[in-house]
Amino acid sequence: MSQTIPQQPIEYNMKVVRQFTVMTIIWGIVGMSVGVLIAAQLVWPELNFNTPWLTYSRLRPLHTNAVIFAFGTSALFATSYYVVQKTCRVSLFSDKLAAFTFWGWQAVIVAAVITLPMGLTSTKEYAELEWPIDILITVVWVAYLIVFFGTLAIRKTSHIYVANWFYGGFIIVIAMLHIVNSFAIPVSFTKSYSIYSGAVDAMVQWWYGHNAVGFLLTAGFLGMMYYFVPKQAERPVYSYRLSVVHFWALISLYIWAGPHHLHYTALPDWTQSVGMVMSVILFVPSWGGMINGIMTLSGAWHKLRTDPILRFLIVSLSFYGMSTFEGPMMAIKSVNALSHYTDWTVGHVHSGALGWVAMITIGSMYYLVPRLFNQKEIHSIKLVNVHFWLHTIGVVFYIVSMWISGVMQGLMWRATNSDGTLTYSFVESVQASYPFWTGRFIGGVFIVIGMLLMAYNCYQTIRAGRRETAAGNVVQTA
Amino acid sequence: MSSFWSAWIIVLTLATLVVLIWLLRWNMKNYTHIEEGQEMDHEFDGIVELNNPLPKWWTYLFWACFVWGFIYLALYPGLGNFNGLLDWKSSNQDVQSLAESRQAMEEAHEKGMIVEYDRAVRAAEEKYGPIFAAFAEQPIEELAKNEDALDVGQRLFLQNCAQCHGSNAMGGQGFPNLTDDDWLYGGEPSNIKTTLREGRQGNMPAFGEQFSDKEINELANYVASLSGRERDADLVEAGKANFAVCSACHGADGKGNQQLGAPNLTDDVWLYGGSINKIEETLTHGRNGVMPKWKNILGEDKIHVISAYVYSLSNDE
Repeated sequence: MSQTIPQQPIEYNMKVVRQFTVMTIIWGIVGMSVGVLIAAQLVWPELNFNTPWLTYSRLRPLHTNAVIFAFGTSALFATSYYVVQKTCRVSLFSDKLAAFTFWGWQAVIVAAVITLPMGLTSTKEYAELEWPIDILITVVWVAYLIVFFGTLAIRKTSHIYVANWFYGGFIIVIAMLHIVNSFAIPVSFTKSYSIYSGAVDAMVQWWYGHNAVGFLLTAGFLGMMYYFVPKQAERPVYSYRLSVVHFWALISLYIWAGPHHLHYTALPDWTQSVGMVMSVILFVPSWGGMINGIMTLSGAWHKLRTDPILRFLIVSLSFYGMSTFEGPMMAIKSVNALSHYTDWTVGHVHSGALGWVAMITIGSMYYLVPRLFNQKEIHSIKLVNVHFWLHTIGVVFYIVSMWISGVMQGLMWRATNSDGTLTYSFVESVQASYPFWTGRFIGGVFIVIGMLLMAYNCYQTIRAGRRETAAGNVVQTA
Repeated sequence: MSSFWSAWIIVLTLATLVVLIWLLRWNMKNYTHIEEGQEMDHEFDGIVELNNPLPKWWTYLFWACFVWGFIYLALYPGLGNFNGLLDWKSSNQDVQSLAESRQAMEEAHEKGMIVEYDRAVRAAEEKYGPIFAAFAEQPIEELAKNEDALDVGQRLFLQNCAQCHGSNAMGGQGFPNLTDDDWLYGGEPSNIKTTLREGRQGNMPAFGEQFSDKEINELANYVASLSGRERDADLVEAGKANFAVCSACHGADGKGNQQLGAPNLTDDVWLYGGSINKIEETLTHGRNGVMPKWKNILGEDKIHVISAYVYSLSNDE
């Protein structure tokens, strides 16, 4: 610490942080369990039980919405509210608005859980929710924006910490993406049609889709990384200037990357090229974030041996580095010609989602839960360690299965005979994928078991905290 | 695209890259008043930041990516209306019809432009065209005995026809079984080829408005009886009275008409199911069967080979 200022304890709003933290864990289990169910349905299609709302087509958007917007976004709400208060040394700008964002966001998720299995969908990937829910999302998000930036505005520190740049960037851009992509003409309370058509619709959709990844699942979680990694490692952030370059480069490059989802389609060639060039350059600032996180551990590497929470955080950065190398490679048109529409894409997304997003979140939750509930540390560090290995093995199982099946599918689809006819019919590639889909299912089971352990561990921590609070003991937490 | 939007794209793209280069260069120097490697003079909840320089190898990677990006944008389309020095295109993206596409392909070929899709198609034509042309010289009956041709035909069938008719060509509800020697439009080689080339539209009109539910039920029973099934004699008799309407297409004896594609109702082969329920459904709502037209997609020679394969399925010796 460079300076120590004698200070009065500040009354932070931790209630909303606690609420979002608990919901992060619950929605994580729900979203990942639905993922395991649909992974199983690919292997054993009977598991839809001939029930429309249990079919893959309806549960898949439920899975993606639950993990991205229920699990991931609750984690971002929880940590951004925590970090912005702690690093600005001030309580939230408005407690009422903050409470509104919690209940409003939960309402959005419950609406998704009801409408998606009913088959109500706008059909836009990761933006399936129909227009009334879209409007609710917009209102909640604007409230979030006001709470977050309001808190920055009333901060008691001279500078704005880098974690808050990332959180702030993510909040602004998601507002813009959501509003622009969701413009639609309602035909009834439950159905609307996008105001865009054809290639323009596709471009707007993937401008949204890729930046949901770039800002929500990347910039937001980098904000998380910049607080919880130095805190847990108890080391200074490696390089201030690296954070400046990679923040501005990351946010200005990501916004261009969408067209790589539409290579070799009706999208104009120039758009595909620009999207590809920006996606490839994006590799460098992405690694900037990984370097800054991992190098923060300089001089504290030994802690990885004993601290599974830190291990979650650092391994998440390794997965981040791996997926942000893989992504730009897949954005190259000639690589994309092989990888597009195959399981490789699914594997790539999950090495980001399960490796990076879930692991940084889990690490941060293990840091937060005891501090939020009046405990010195988590109930069982041993169980955290078991969770770490279950999760890591699960992710590796998942992504390796998808790499193999993805590359295999790509090669099978393009194989030709000496007469120019295709060697394999589509069903043959489906048949050949079964063993790997089973592998993915097993990986998913590992991950969900780990999440259940986490829920138990956190529950015990919270219970112990409640007991001590009731007994009047206040544990001093960092 | 108009020159305004073209300029807009060029300026935005290049400005983004130039600003990023400036950002990198700016941060490669220590512009702070803190010595390199020392702590910055701010602290947040106990977190401090070091003023370490950017890793050298990482800055080299950044430069390499910038250089590559500029080279790519110089060679390929990307900067608005500028087509790139290679004059490369993925395909003729502006064409609106098959005719325009063919014309654009010819033009691109004459001018020696690199249109990736056209080149791939042309190369495939040159390489594989002669194989199919040789097959096309043999009559279908003969080709149906040629193992090599049947292998090729089966592969084409699996890629293009199996989606509806099934991998085993035995069809499904609404999609004819091609192995049973029961033909809607005729099973002669020329019939099969015409079906493939031009497609077919099988329209069974809906009679739900013309007949009451009771009459539909009677008709269905009569139709079921035509292929020798045991049905209630009274219902069959009542149904027969109204069959005159059906006989216009299916014939007075119910044996169908291949000119119209009207199915034979006496052979116990059911395109849309033979239960009384299904027959009633067909009578009440009608049916619309569509076999797509393949001549523009596959071309004459490939259609010839697939025809031989389909012919062989029910003419196996």
